[in-house]
Amino acid sequence: MAEVSIRDVRKAFGATQILHGVNVEVADGEFVILVGPSGCGKSTLLRMIAGLENISSGDISIGGRVVNNVAPKERDIAMVFQNYALYPHMTVRENMAFSLILAKAPKAVLEQKVGRAADILGLTQLLDRYPRQLSGGQRQRVAMGRAIVRDPQVFLFDEPLSNLDAKLRVQMRGEIKDLHQRLRTTTVYVTHDQIEAMTMADKIVVMQGGNVEQIGAPLDLYDRPANLFVAGFIGSPAMNFLKGRIQGGAFRVGDMLLPLGSTRGVAEGMPVVYGIRPEHWRLDDGGIPATVRLVEPTGSETQVVAEFAGHRVVCAFRERVTARPGEILCITPDPACVHLFDDATGMRLA
Amino acid sequence: MSELASPAPISTKDVPQVMAWDSRARRAVTIYVPLACFLLILLFPFYWMTITTFKPNGELLDYTHTNPFWINSPTLDNIRKLLFETEYPRWLTTTMGVAFGATAISLVASVLAAYAIQRLRFRGSKYVGLAIYLAYLVPPSILFIPLAEVVYSFGLFDSPWALVLTYPTFLIPFCTWLLIGYFKSIPYELEECALIDGASRLQILRRITLPLAVPGLISAGIFAFTLSWNEFIYALAFISSSENKTVPVAILTELVQGDVYQWGALMAGALLGSLPVAIFYSFFVEYYVSSLTGAVKE
Amino acid sequence: MSAHADPTLWVRSRSKPSALAKLFDNKTFLIFICLAPALGLLLVFLTYPLGLGIYLSFTDTQLGKPGVWVGLENFQYLLTDRVFLNTVWNTIFYTAAATAAKFALGLWLALLLNENVPLKSLLRAIILLPWITPTVLSAIAFGWIYDPQFSIISYVFKHLGLISTNFDFLGTPWHARWSLVVANTWRGIPFVAISLLAGLQTISPSLYEAAMLDGASGWQRFRRVTVPLLMPILAVVLTFSVLFTFADFQLVYAITRGGPINSTHLMATLAFQRGIPGAALGEGAAIAVSMIPFLVIATLFSYFAVGNRKWQQGSDDDV
Repeated sequence: MAEVSIRDVRKAFGATQILHGVNVEVADGEFVILVGPSGCGKSTLLRMIAGLENISSGDISIGGRVVNNVAPKERDIAMVFQNYALYPHMTVRENMAFSLILAKAPKAVLEQKVGRAADILGLTQLLDRYPRQLSGGQRQRVAMGRAIVRDPQVFLFDEPLSNLDAKLRVQMRGEIKDLHQRLRTTTVYVTHDQIEAMTMADKIVVMQGGNVEQIGAPLDLYDRPANLFVAGFIGSPAMNFLKGRIQGGAFRVGDMLLPLGSTRGVAEGMPVVYGIRPEHWRLDDGGIPATVRLVEPTGSETQVVAEFAGHRVVCAFRERVTARPGEILCITPDPACVHLFDDATGMRLA
Repeated sequence: MSELASPAPISTKDVPQVMAWDSRARRAVTIYVPLACFLLILLFPFYWMTITTFKPNGELLDYTHTNPFWINSPTLDNIRKLLFETEYPRWLTTTMGVAFGATAISLVASVLAAYAIQRLRFRGSKYVGLAIYLAYLVPPSILFIPLAEVVYSFGLFDSPWALVLTYPTFLIPFCTWLLIGYFKSIPYELEECALIDGASRLQILRRITLPLAVPGLISAGIFAFTLSWNEFIYALAFISSSENKTVPVAILTELVQGDVYQWGALMAGALLGSLPVAIFYSFFVEYYVSSLTGAVKE
Repeated sequence: MSAHADPTLWVRSRSKPSALAKLFDNKTFLIFICLAPALGLLLVFLTYPLGLGIYLSFTDTQLGKPGVWVGLENFQYLLTDRVFLNTVWNTIFYTAAATAAKFALGLWLALLLNENVPLKSLLRAIILLPWITPTVLSAIAFGWIYDPQFSIISYVFKHLGLISTNFDFLGTPWHARWSLVVANTWRGIPFVAISLLAGLQTISPSLYEAAMLDGASGWQRFRRVTVPLLMPILAVVLTFSVLFTFADFQLVYAITRGGPINSTHLMATLAFQRGIPGAALGEGAAIAVSMIPFLVIATLFSYFAVGNRKWQQGSDDDV
């Protein structure tokens, strides 16, 4: 096992710059997720770690060894691809054993390693099937089995769950996390799904437009997003943003005043963006009167889209709300959970 | 932790149903009658070829006493003549040899070229692909005169090798084009995964790409084989001695003596000359059709 | 248990790859090796002869006798040669008539096959037969069907009382030309039909269902959905068909040899007749070379006129 360190890595395809100097440290045994919208450069970065893309500048090292000029097969990594990349003309057993066959491993080793991986993943019954005969979840597991067999220093996952249906995705999410807890292999995992990132990662790297926006533990990102992008990207339904000014220790939007928890770092009259997560609104008879536009009960909570001062906000209440569209609902934000961002730079203020 | 593999979904699109409002009679007139006419016209020459082959000469030229569409006293005479009184067996083996040789050369060259163009991706690979495609648009009939000079200067005139080496000029472009399409359909990730698994480029080609391109290889091979078998103008221009001729050329040039056409023998020759390629084709129809249509769609 | 047999003790060896394997991992070398056979063969037996042919057309080379540079003399002579001019005209006629017939009938056949008919794949296989049999051999069969005395077609028509004397299929120039067009069409229909059928099958049935719900009649569905979506494939098939019909050789050589009185010669058969049996390689090459501009124009026309629609631009990400 090994740590991975990415130092000031840049990537350009011709004139287009894909990555603008990325720095990420992955500790030994850590599960790190690169997350961001499509085209943010996360997959490119992963492929550079794997050695499938050249590094334009900067260094990537695995286990203390700079691997910029090392061929993929000598990096001691294993990768799970989005479409699984199972060799369709080989059985599950042959798929898993392929790397060992290429390395001319003795038959006993082969049997033992494939057997162990199949055992871990519950694939023992399926070893003689071909990929075509497997379901999506089983293929996913074979792809992981192939990675496990290699006993690599680092696992790389490239959006491995995006081809699965919603229910299976939740199940496999749990399995991958469970697997990591058992094997404790350093893992770098790419996804565009922030829920995957939140639920699985030890550490999340949020990327956008070839830059790292923030690195941190899932709940840190959730509780203290460094900028508007991260605040809006992490969390579902997304955080509400209101544009306005600071006035008398409170936030003014239109002719409404909203409470602030702390005013550290903000000056009177400053233009700011006020961020509040849906679940941090409370029903409060003394709160802001807002017109209900849409009510979406999910069973465990009720999401309400409400409008005040020309702004629409999403609120999520634990209690059942029976309001109908057009009615007035009085709501108030929890001041302790308010995020303030600089309107000009988008950076976090308090 | 195990869910069963889901069975292949049954698609209703495969078997479009006849809708209730579409009347039977209408379909018969607008579809089955024209279709039957097409079949009749497309197949009639083969029927005529066959029936002529087995007719004795007397019946062949007498439409007044016998029905020309049927044979009263079938005979193998024409076939016997073709097999034992001409060099047909020799022509057949020559044609086989030339077709297999040209196909083998073309397949090897095309697989490598298609792999380089589609998988190795280098600067200008698009233009190499385009150049090979353009080569396909050069018809043999504008090349055979200078090619005769080239063949002559290589000392290959009147040798089957002249054909084995020149046929690839129209086979390689087609096969390369077809195989590029096949390679395109193999996901890149498979090769990347093999690269991480520790395979070298050659191992990837041999263990991953080629096995997956087998249907494409078969299609290209069949197509090349039938094209070689049917080729005419080069074989006519580069071969002069009877024993080195290919079947199509030999039947036209060796069986027509003077102005009197021995139609019975000629039809026997046409039938036996078409039969090998038709049999070969029937084994691989699906591949043939897919290569024909695949190449057009590319 | 010996140490050797203990699987846990095995470690992946980082053995040095052999020099050969290393060489083949070098991309430049690999590209070179892969392209060499194909490009080599094409250069020697296609590009070089193409250039040589153009050169020969400016010389008076005879078979087995090197010639000298004569400039445009061959072409000047051809422009005054009635047989050549007639041949050019006949080649254009042959190409236009046969292509039109092949496409009209081929499209019809494709549409018929695209209906829900039983034994579709068997039908498809049978229909391709004219295309896969050697052209010369089917041409000989046509020669027999066109026989002045024993033509089966004449027999049928006479039997039905429609004519009293035999058709003279190959005896007069116009009869011979049309007879050749029919034979060429017979051979070409399968290719057009099967290719267009493949194109038809890529059109999603839901488009027809949508059009039907939009109130389109059968003809309107064909005109507004089928035809536009078939255009790209039609362009390719048309290019090939025009090209190979224009450069046809076998059919004419086998059925009429250019007769009667040189009226059915195609440029390819005339080039052969003058160049190989006639031994005038230079002149033959000049005739062959004069086909090139026609081929280029035909290719460009069918490609740009029919292909390349606006909506085709942009990428299909779902592929």
